[in-house]
Amino acid sequence: MSLKVDIRRRLGSFDLAVAFAAEQECLALLGASGSGKSVTLQCIAGILKPDEGHIEMDGRVLYDSAAGICLPPQQRQVGYLFQQYALFPHMTVRQNIAVAVRQHDRRKDVTEELLRRFQLTDAADRRPARISGGQQQRAALARILASEPKAILLDEPFAALDSYLQYQLELELQNTLAAFPGTVLWVTHDRGEAWRSCRRVCVLEEGRSQPVTEMTELFRAPATESAARLSGCKNYAAARPAGQRVELPEWGLTLETGRAVPPDTVTAGIRSHHVTFAVPGAANAFSCRVVRIIDDVFETIVLLRPEGAAEDAPLLRMECAKEAWRAREKLPVQTVAVAPEHILLLK
Amino acid sequence: MDWYPLYNSLRIAAVSTAAVFFLGLFFAYYIARLPRLLKGVLDVILTLPLVLPPTVVGWLLLCLLGPKQPLGAWVLNVFGTKLVMTWWSAIFATVTVSFPLMYRTARGAFESFDPSLAAAGQTLGLSNTYIFWRIRLPVCRQGILAGMVLSFARALGEYGATSMVAGYTPGKTATISTTVYQLWRTNEDAMALRWVLVNIAISAVFLLTINLLESRDKQKNRGGSRP
Repeated sequence: MSLKVDIRRRLGSFDLAVAFAAEQECLALLGASGSGKSVTLQCIAGILKPDEGHIEMDGRVLYDSAAGICLPPQQRQVGYLFQQYALFPHMTVRQNIAVAVRQHDRRKDVTEELLRRFQLTDAADRRPARISGGQQQRAALARILASEPKAILLDEPFAALDSYLQYQLELELQNTLAAFPGTVLWVTHDRGEAWRSCRRVCVLEEGRSQPVTEMTELFRAPATESAARLSGCKNYAAARPAGQRVELPEWGLTLETGRAVPPDTVTAGIRSHHVTFAVPGAANAFSCRVVRIIDDVFETIVLLRPEGAAEDAPLLRMECAKEAWRAREKLPVQTVAVAPEHILLLK
Repeated sequence: MDWYPLYNSLRIAAVSTAAVFFLGLFFAYYIARLPRLLKGVLDVILTLPLVLPPTVVGWLLLCLLGPKQPLGAWVLNVFGTKLVMTWWSAIFATVTVSFPLMYRTARGAFESFDPSLAAAGQTLGLSNTYIFWRIRLPVCRQGILAGMVLSFARALGEYGATSMVAGYTPGKTATISTTVYQLWRTNEDAMALRWVLVNIAISAVFLLTINLLESRDKQKNRGGSRP
């Protein structure tokens, strides 16, 4: 089971160029809104036509501009979970599933089986507008499985749901997908969602795809600033390589990195929770003035200005436990440090 | 009382509405996907019969269908029948004037149709024909039904173009509207009044139907239950 995608599509000033390969796995397509995630899925499903390229699933060519092949969506056997689920509003849940059953002679059995499996038996005779958001998602998934797809594309599966519903549904969705014998592409802008459900990730950045990497790699060592942003890193400063150290002129700092800094490094990234309190003189320690304190739900966010920083330099954001901050809040100047391995070196 | 005009009016309106249903859907569906400029131009042309005086439409139709005109002459030659002055000639007139009503309401309905429903149907393996008749039409049915009711009412009340294309022959091409005019012209006011009342009754029923459809539509948009 595999899916190979290499497509380009131009629409006005937006230029999409996406290439990746997925095995029988759940691959995350992670990108900010407007990065071309949905367009990519629509090209794979056959709803949109790319300008050029190649799409192949299990050795079967779905699209090839050079060979003039473009299978209609009906023949691609690619299931698509739409953001708003796209259930047919004039049909009951049962009818929605029944129309999609591929084995026509077993339509009734397959439908009832899916209704049971997705706990929709009680909602079976209701129309989509009359059931909950969670039931809608289950109905849409059941309908996709009824059509016996070879791959499933999920377009922001929780965009239409309240966040308190998401946790339970995410577990259900993971169970469903774990039993699915094919490729799953999971489009999202939420790094946590991608981390919990996928092992590998392809980052999309303004219509360009980055090489597929392990999820852990994206968090440990993102390659670019936008990948770092998607992984949740919030502090960035212009960087100059200096052997095993990196100079951050905006903050007037030079920090140890514990490894050779690649010559093409232009930015350093520091995660908010990797900024820790330290004693003066410790490794990579520097003193800062407190500019602002934001009390968050479970932690305290402190915005700091390193003492050697320029006036217009970005502030350093630190997140720490509320107790840790309470013990320190009287001090006008704070000494903080960033462990060498926690400095992200970005191209 | 000779009920022929009522019967004739109803069958003309029925056949015309059936024709307009398919024509309107066809144009609405394909024009909705055209580029904006072409869409604008075609929209004006197809809506023109709605705003032209019926006599202008009648005159234009006679230019096309008259026995001395190319098309009319050809049909007379090949099929041995005139296209004008028969009961069904009125259908040309009613289709022309009621088409824009169906076309415009259907297009409005199609444009508010969520394209992801059609895309979902396609990825599930449903044929485009199935998606059109069993998903797009039922989802847009309020708008399409309203269009049909308006077209039927317009066809039923058509006078100007009909009188020019089909004339007035009692028991042959007479419709309610041409009969009322004829009765008024010959000072048969009592009979005229009867037909006027019949016409008012039919029109009232149609307006009630439209209002009913609209209120159901509103209820649906509010998320209320449907039978």
